[in-house]
Amino acid sequence: MIKLEAIIQPSRFESVKDALCEIGIEGMTVTEVRGHGRQKGHTEVYRGREYTVDLLPKIKLEMVLPDKLVDKAVDTILKTAKTGKIGDGKIFLTRVDDAIRIRNEERGENALQ
Amino acid sequence: MRRMAGKCCLLIGLVLGTTLLPCMCLFGQQSVTPSATPSATSSEPGSKALDEKIAQFDQRVTAAQSSADNAWMLVSAALVLMMTGPGLALFYGGLVRRKNTLAIMMQSFVLMGLITVMWALVGYSLCFGGNGPVIGGFEHAFLRGVGAEPNADYAGTIPQTTFMVYQLMFAIITPALITGATAERMKFSGTILFLGLWFLVVYAPLAHMVWGKGGFLNASLGGRFPTLDFAGGTVVHISSGVSALVCALYLKKRTGYPQKPMPPHSLVLSFIGACLLWVGWFGFNAGSALASNGLASSAFVATHFAAATAALSWSAAEWIKNGKPSALGAISGAVAGLVAITPAAGFVGPMPALVIGLAAGLFCYWMVTKVKGVFGYDDSLDAFGVHGAGGTIGALLTGVFAQAVINPIFGVGKAVGGLDGHWAQVGNQLVGIAIAWVFALVGTFILLKIVDLITGLRVTDDDEVTGLDIVLHGEEAYNLES
Repeated sequence: MIKLEAIIQPSRFESVKDALCEIGIEGMTVTEVRGHGRQKGHTEVYRGREYTVDLLPKIKLEMVLPDKLVDKAVDTILKTAKTGKIGDGKIFLTRVDDAIRIRNEERGENALQ
Repeated sequence: MRRMAGKCCLLIGLVLGTTLLPCMCLFGQQSVTPSATPSATSSEPGSKALDEKIAQFDQRVTAAQSSADNAWMLVSAALVLMMTGPGLALFYGGLVRRKNTLAIMMQSFVLMGLITVMWALVGYSLCFGGNGPVIGGFEHAFLRGVGAEPNADYAGTIPQTTFMVYQLMFAIITPALITGATAERMKFSGTILFLGLWFLVVYAPLAHMVWGKGGFLNASLGGRFPTLDFAGGTVVHISSGVSALVCALYLKKRTGYPQKPMPPHSLVLSFIGACLLWVGWFGFNAGSALASNGLASSAFVATHFAAATAALSWSAAEWIKNGKPSALGAISGAVAGLVAITPAAGFVGPMPALVIGLAAGLFCYWMVTKVKGVFGYDDSLDAFGVHGAGGTIGALLTGVFAQAVINPIFGVGKAVGGLDGHWAQVGNQLVGIAIAWVFALVGTFILLKIVDLITGLRVTDDDEVTGLDIVLHGEEAYNLES
């Protein structure tokens, strides 16, 4: 089992979500986040005073996937989240020890479906 | 935010409802008056009967005119009150940081209470009672002698009560404008004491000098240096704007200014406030004709035209300079234009109004974005940059563009402004401007010293960081979780 975290542009979120649904990924957790990487913020000007806004709004997707789905999911996100400009975000993959469904205490990959 | 907007609409609706409804009731009563006067009874032939008939007719014409003028003036009074709350309260409220929203709105609102009471006791009398050169007297203290009879010196066709309450609304908004410079750091107690005293020491004498009978700057009642100030360029905007500068310098900068970012917390509130100010300004300027006549129409048009061009000229300057025209720039420009046309509204035609608006938008933009930065004073919401600067350039340009065709204030056939052929008027305007500046500078400085000793002026640094809403008023503007 792999946990996939993807931080993407808010404008690409709908396309990414739809594409993930199409390849059979049924569950995900979505958070509106703020942050920055190499893409620095923008400036705002109020009556001549400039402010630099460093933290930009992004969307964070989290999902835990059975190993066989991981490559497909990564490909899908790469394809749909890419605009080619700086600030498109990142994907992080981490191994997960176990998963437990609270309702019936199923464990491992069975808990994911 | 949607809930907030809903509440604002409700509030505005309530304010309009509660202010306009009574006016409408009054229209009703007014229009009944003429028909209540006894109609012609005598049918006797002869000149005596004819004389009586003419006298009756005369009376009815007077009553009809009074009724029309009074209706407009009551609406104007309500419009000017609407400029303070909600207009200015929303405009300023949106420009501060979220934690100081209620504090700045309360400063405007409390003046609606405080100045009203002071006006009833002595304020009206100090401005419009007596005939001293600098300040009025106590003739109308406690509103003695102020009733349905017109006061022919000021407005011969409306009840003096109407004139009194209309002028009151100006006295409310003027000190409220100053709070833009003291925003986010001044104590509530200090604000009340300072602005209450300021009304007596700075506003009342200036209003009397420029508008009061015997005042030495009065243009329509033969003052020594007749200063043209139709609706308050010197009395309202220079006085409050220059005082705002003194306050900003005396109070010093907000903690963290200018390193820490302090962007406006809701330009939506400011936008609604500015639009209400624009509409309210028709009562302010066109109402200053004190009658429902052609001069009121002329002032209405000049007001609107100046606001429009100033909104465009500020935006254009910003677009060229920063690459983007901002909403804050557009509404700031409109307010600057309205300020500058205030002294000129009843003296200039539509074309000079366009020029005054154009100049005001560019000049105030320069004052706010460049001059403030160079001198480094923290005029939080630009009360000086917009009202002090806009009022000064407006008062000066009034002397250039005033026309006898619009308002023969010095008598039929006599030139009024510079382009009319009376360049000495620019000199008179300069005298008026200088006196307003000096009065505001000195008066404000002395009062700040006194108030500093009694209540103190600034909250502590810790309180400033926490925010004035919680520290001074025990509440928050936005409880988003509740």
